[in-house]
Order: sequence, then C-alpha cells, then structure tokens
Amino acid sequence: MVAFTINGKRATADADPSTPLLWVVREHLKLTGTKYGCGAGLCGACTVHIDGKAARACQTALEQVEGKAVTTIEGLSPDSSHPLQKAWVAEQVPQCGYCQSGQIMKAAELLAANGNPSRADIVSHMNGNICRCGTYNRIVAAIQRASKEG
Amino acid sequence: MRDQENIGSAVTGVSRRGFMLGTAGLTFAVSVGGWMTARSAEVAAASGRMEATAWVTVGVDNSITIMQPAAEMGQGVMTSLPMIVAEELDADWSKVSVAFAPPNHKVYGNPGFGGFLVTVASRSTTGYWDTLRMAGAQARRVLLDAVAHKWDVPVAELTTGPSVVMHRKSGRKISYGEIARFASPPKELPKLTEADLKKPSEFRIIGQDIPRVDIPAKVNGSASFGMDVQVPGMLYASILRAPAEGNAPAKVDDAGALKVNGVRQVVKLPYGVAVLGDTVEATRTGRDALEVGWSAAKDAVFNSEKAVADYVAKARDVSQKGVAFHAEGDAPAANAAAARRVVREYFADYTYHAQMEPMNATAWVKDDVVEVWAGSQTQSFSALAAAKAAGVKPGQVRFHMQYLGGGFGRRAQVEYVVDAVLLSKAVGKPVKVIWSREDDVQFGKLRPMTAHRIEAGLDADGRLVGWHHRVVGESVLAYTSPDRLKKAKGKDTLTMAGAEVGYGIPNSLAEHIVDGGAARLAAWRAIGAGYTKFAIEAFIDDLAREVGKDAIALRLELLEKLPRARKVIEEVVAMSDYRRKRDGTALGFAYAEVVHSYAAAVAEVSVDRGTGKIRVHNFWNAVDPGIAVQPQNIVAQAESNIVYGLGQCLKERITLDGGVIQQSNFHDYEVMRMADVPEIHTKVISTDNRPTGIGEFALPLTGGAVSNAVMALTGKRLSHMPFTPERVQVALKA
Ligand code: FES
Ligand code: FES
Repeated sequence: MVAFTINGKRATADADPSTPLLWVVREHLKLTGTKYGCGAGLCGACTVHIDGKAARACQTALEQVEGKAVTTIEGLSPDSSHPLQKAWVAEQVPQCGYCQSGQIMKAAELLAANGNPSRADIVSHMNGNICRCGTYNRIVAAIQRASKEG
Repeated sequence: MRDQENIGSAVTGVSRRGFMLGTAGLTFAVSVGGWMTARSAEVAAASGRMEATAWVTVGVDNSITIMQPAAEMGQGVMTSLPMIVAEELDADWSKVSVAFAPPNHKVYGNPGFGGFLVTVASRSTTGYWDTLRMAGAQARRVLLDAVAHKWDVPVAELTTGPSVVMHRKSGRKISYGEIARFASPPKELPKLTEADLKKPSEFRIIGQDIPRVDIPAKVNGSASFGMDVQVPGMLYASILRAPAEGNAPAKVDDAGALKVNGVRQVVKLPYGVAVLGDTVEATRTGRDALEVGWSAAKDAVFNSEKAVADYVAKARDVSQKGVAFHAEGDAPAANAAAARRVVREYFADYTYHAQMEPMNATAWVKDDVVEVWAGSQTQSFSALAAAKAAGVKPGQVRFHMQYLGGGFGRRAQVEYVVDAVLLSKAVGKPVKVIWSREDDVQFGKLRPMTAHRIEAGLDADGRLVGWHHRVVGESVLAYTSPDRLKKAKGKDTLTMAGAEVGYGIPNSLAEHIVDGGAARLAAWRAIGAGYTKFAIEAFIDDLAREVGKDAIALRLELLEKLPRARKVIEEVVAMSDYRRKRDGTALGFAYAEVVHSYAAAVAEVSVDRGTGKIRVHNFWNAVDPGIAVQPQNIVAQAESNIVYGLGQCLKERITLDGGVIQQSNFHDYEVMRMADVPEIHTKVISTDNRPTGIGEFALPLTGGAVSNAVMALTGKRLSHMPFTPERVQVALKA
C-alpha cells in the first residue's frame, strides 16, 4: 500500500508498487483529466506535478510518490481560476483538448519558476509536449498572457 | 459513470439534474419532417421546459438548449452548428446551452452525408446549413404563433429580438422563457420557406467570434473523452492483434497471462486475443505473457520501400490504363498533338493519423440493449457495427457520444467499438478496451502511399491545352466501403480527392492506377488532397519556369473565371509581401480549392545545407469559406491544418515490411512539435456564399508551398514527401 497526497487529500493505492502512476491516478482514483497519450515519455499528455515539479505519470512508478504531494489538472485550482486556465480560455487554445491538461501542467511549472518567459523559454520548456491539433502558437500566447495578467 | 448527459452539463453549465429533468420522459417519436409528438403543457410545466422542436428546448428560466449532431473533435462544430440554429431562432446566445443530439439519424442525420450521423470531410457546417437554419426559424415561429394566439394579434405584427417577442403596436414584450410557460408544441411544424430566413446582412450571431462552448471543460480536466468512461463493474481489456491484416490466432497459450494478479479471463477473437482483468496494468502485463501462433490468411510480403520503384514504373507506363477519376475533353489526345510536353513525377509516403487519444471504447451488452460509450466520428456506423457484433437490431444500441481526442478520419473507422462489444458479449460484463499507442500505430489505418506523374501539353504559344495526372496507389474506399466504391463506379473519392486539376484546362484527365499495398487504410485529414495538390502545385511552378512565366501570374491567368480564387491569391501575395526578396530565406506559393473553400498560401523557408533540415519561418494563408460562421474558429482550424500539413511534408512517414508497420510510437513516427512551428498568419474572407469546409482546407497547400519555397531558395525540386533531411541532402547534391 503506497500512501501519498493527491490534490491536497491523503490517498492510498492498493496497486503493485511498479504500476505507472498514470493508471493509479486515472483508473484507480478516477481523476481522468490526466491523459494517456504514448505511455513512453514521448508526448507529455500525462504530465502531473510531484512536489511542485512536472513529471510524466506514465514514467513514474507508484512507489516513487510514497509520501509525496501529487497535483493533477483537477487540483491546479478549485474553479479553473489559475492564470493559465484563464489565459487558455481567453486565447481559445484547446481544439480536441486531449493534450491540454498536460500542456497546462507543464506550463504551470514554467510560470512558477519564471514570471516573464520569452518565446524561446517557452519553446524549450514545452517542446516535449505534443499537440496533434497544432495549438502550439496559441499555447505560447496563453503562457505569455498568463505571465502578464497573472 | 460519465455519459452523454454529463457531457452536456460539463460543457454547458446546465446542472445534471436540470438536464435530466428536461429529457426524462422525452420520446423522440418522430413523424414526417422530424417532428415529435406534442407533449402536453402540464408535462412542459412540470419539467420547466418546452420542446419547441426536436432541435430546440426552451426553459421557463429563459434557458435554451440546442441539439448538436456532429462529433466534436476539436473542429468547433459544437459551437458553430448551434450558432446557426440560434441565429434563426433569434436567441440570446448567452442563454444557450448545447447538448449532443441523441443518435437518431432520421432527425439529426447529416443531409450532406446521406442522412447519416457522420462527421467527415469537413461536411458538417455545409451539410447541415439549410436544416439548421430551418430548425431555428421553425422554433422561432412556434414561439411567435403561441404569442399571437395568446395576445390575439396577427403573427405578422410580431417581431423578435434576442430571446424576446415584441409587439410594436402595443409596446408589449415577452421573453422566450415566459412563452415556454404556456406554449405547447403544435402537431405540425410551421411551413416556412427560404424567404422566412434572415439575410446575411441581418446576422448577429453568425460571423461573430463566439467563444467555443467546449473549451471551459478542456482546461480543467472535466471534458469526458472515450478514454475517461468508467462504468461500475467493468473489466479492462488489452488485445494482442494479429500482426498482419487477415491473420488469425491459431494456437493460444494463455497460462502465463492467467497467472497475472488481476487478470480474469482470456478471450479469443477472430483477429486477436484479449486479456480481461480488473486493472489496465494487469491486462497489459497479461497480454505480454500471451504466447500466440498466428495462421496466415494471406501472404503478407509487401515492403513499402521496395515498392517505390514499382509504383514509379507504373505511373510511367501509360499503356496501363487506370480508372478515370476526373475527365474533361481528351487529355491524352491533346497532349499527343501538343507542340510541347512537360512531364514531372512526385511521390508521397504512407502517413498515420497520430490523433492524441489512442483508440478505445466501452460497451455493455445486456439482455435487450447494447450500450456503447466512445468518441466516434459516426454515431450511425458505430451503432450498426455494435449491433452486428452483438447480434441485435440497430435500434437496440444506445450510443453515448464522448469527446474525441482527435479524429482526422481515423475515428470514422469503428473497429475499437467492435472490440468492446464482442468482449462484453463474451464475458457478460461491461468492458473497456484501451489500445496502447503501439497498437494504435501498428494497427493504424493509413493514408495510402502514392506515385504521381503529371504530363502537360502546351500549344505553340505556350498555353496549357492538356493535363494528364496519373496516381498510383491503393483504393481507400475499396478497403473502407466497397459498396460506396461500387456505387461510384470505381471512382475513389478518397484516394483521388483533389486530383481534379481545377485550373480551367480544356482537356484534363486524372487517372487512378489502383495498385500495391497490404495496408489498412482510412480517410486521413484532407484525404487525397494532401498529396494531389502537392503534386499539382509543384508542377504548376515547374511549368511556369519551363515556359518562362511568373508562377503567380500563370495561376491568375488560368483562374480567370474564378474571382473568388483570384481574390485569395491576391490577398496572400499582399500579406506575405511576396515580391520582396529575403536574405537566406525564400517564399513558395500554393493554391487549392478544397471542399469548395478557396485557399492560397505562402511559406517562407530556410534550409540548413549541412544537415538538410528545412525550417519554415512563416506561413501566410487566405481563405474564402463562403459565409464565415465563426471566423476565429476558422483561424484556429487554419493553424491546425498547417501544423498537421507541415508534419506530412517534413516528417511523417510510415513504412511497411511483410505487410507490417515498422513504426511504433512518437520516437519513430515524428510529428510537429512546438519548436518546428512557423508563425501563422491567416486571413478569412467571408463572402455571401453557402459556408464550405474549414477543417482541412489549408493542409493541401503545405506540400506545394514548402517544395516551391525550397525550389526558389536552392533551385532543387523536392518531389518526395516527407522532405526529410536525408532527402533534402540528396536533392541538394543532385
Ligand atoms: S503518456 Fe506519458 S509522456 Fe506520453
Ligand atoms: S488540442 Fe488536440 S492534441 Fe492538443
């Protein structure tokens, strides 16, 4: 039994310790905002925060989060009020939407560390997150908007 | 459990309870004309809502719910289609909620696609345009008639404003919500004509940049995709599918799989072996432990790289006749008699959809009804396939539409629905099937590989008199819908899409030499136009060079009779400052008419001569989509198209060996990433024409624009998509 906190609440998971955190979060804990895209660390759709740092849930074994704080898109803000979420709506970023939880979580890590990221900062931070609908330029615009309107 | 009602509430803010009240006891008993049986006023009062028509429900709280029949996969139909209804209803948009329509194709089918519930080929807005305008106007008239009756005034004296009916003479006003308190739907729909509809100049919703209704749920994780469906008591399933098409499991050793903690059962399917269990991880571990021997139904020897030379040879061998896809005049004769002939060859590799959400579906086969939860581009064909797999009547299938994590044509195929239904039937429980990304690539349904040979005939004055475009490649329709191919007399509207040259050439022939492959195929965003327009636009540039004309001037001359086409060309030339010479970069142009939208583009590229890597810096495009229903969404779709299109012309490539796809995930099937994306500049030119497709209009421009830009920069023609660094290096040395 692995114990950790998720979105501020205590959680335990009765799964094999080697189970990818992704399936624990999505299917055991039913927080389905975190998405399965590649299962191989190649797309970023599964991005969550572990103790405030972005991590790929598909590449993180359950046992690695023992005692740690996991945050998913559902826990980023209680009411979609995080500056990035507001900027994402203002820039009308999502298309199919499937990659966007991962994009927002990855961007939140950047904004926490860099209050005024340049386009180059954004591209180098975000380049591991695929958006097959091609919303990249809007993601850049939304991150810049959030950094200004924060 | 998440289901269609939930989606409605997540998206629109209607509480689940409110929505359920509105639909509880609602039967879409449909008579001619899509009308439901009238409900009594008491029922309406009890539910707090009145169904003005099958498309529109008005709440006593002034809320309006509009049914939305198409699949939402990011293209924005969930907003743009209801906008059309709301316009003619004269609704206050801020009060509108949107719900997925029930899968009743008799009421909600797309007139642009044989009346079925199918979302493909950018045909939603254009296909539903008349139906939805009429639906909105009829609902408005139902409200007007109710007020006319109540106030005892002629209906002609009444007008509407946003969600209110007004009687100018007496100065009275009443909101739609108040009308819903006493109105009941008439037995028959009001008979209206085109003349009862608004003129484009009267539009106040259409043409506005209305925020998309699905976006709020897509920034907080609450939007429900097929992948997110959870049904109490369900089992998960992972399937080991036969490596090559047509193979079946012959010998199955499942002892190892059954030992895995959490695995419940192993089920043999006609095309694979499924491991079912309590968790995703158990079924995946179990699947890896299966030992299966496959029977080969047919010899799978196809090697796509070796086939390239063969395809090219077939394109060259003009004695081998193909299917005439598009013919005007007599192109071979005109070319034979021409003063001069120009011939060029082009090639495009197989591509994979790479939609972000791998295939998945959940099904529950019960005694009398089959429930299916999936994100699909077609409610109709999903329900038919589910019924067939379960051995029930289509009417016994309840299809619960989910958001699609990308479609691009892939989700018009429904084999993942069949997986879930067969397995639920076998185990008597709800089953959720999840394909891995590796499954999704390996069992992808591809855009066919194609070879192109274009021969043009010129008269003594250098005028184009003949055009003969030969395309060698598989028939997508023969694979996906043989009946449709038969009806079309062998003309493959998918593989050959865009091959009609469209430049007003007196003699033209687009010929399909059906050949090759053992690939599974499907429509892929923009279908054939991704490669046919690449070949055509690269050729037009080469031709201009041959005859010593300016490539833009030549196109404008050929398109003399199409002012809408000329307009988008002139626009994009101006936007990109096309005539200005750049330092270290060059521009390339392309034009295409795709799903009746006119579009033109200019790409600005540089090439790293050492590595062969192409960088696209800017991409300008202009489009005339008829009436631009939601201009900002068209801009977003242009961006999406261009990024997707640049992927197929710079990176994306599937190869087959022994009939088996050689790629497996995003490391060896590379798609565009943020660092690869150019600045994109889009101009939407709204004209008073029926709205046309916007989901794929710009994609066909990418190959031609980039190839023409590299030609302008280096003098070398890139003729084989994708233009990988290796191919660029070879071309530069040539
Ligand atoms: S699903 Fe984890 S990186 Fe793709
Ligand atoms: S919005 Fe569809 S993959 Fe990013």
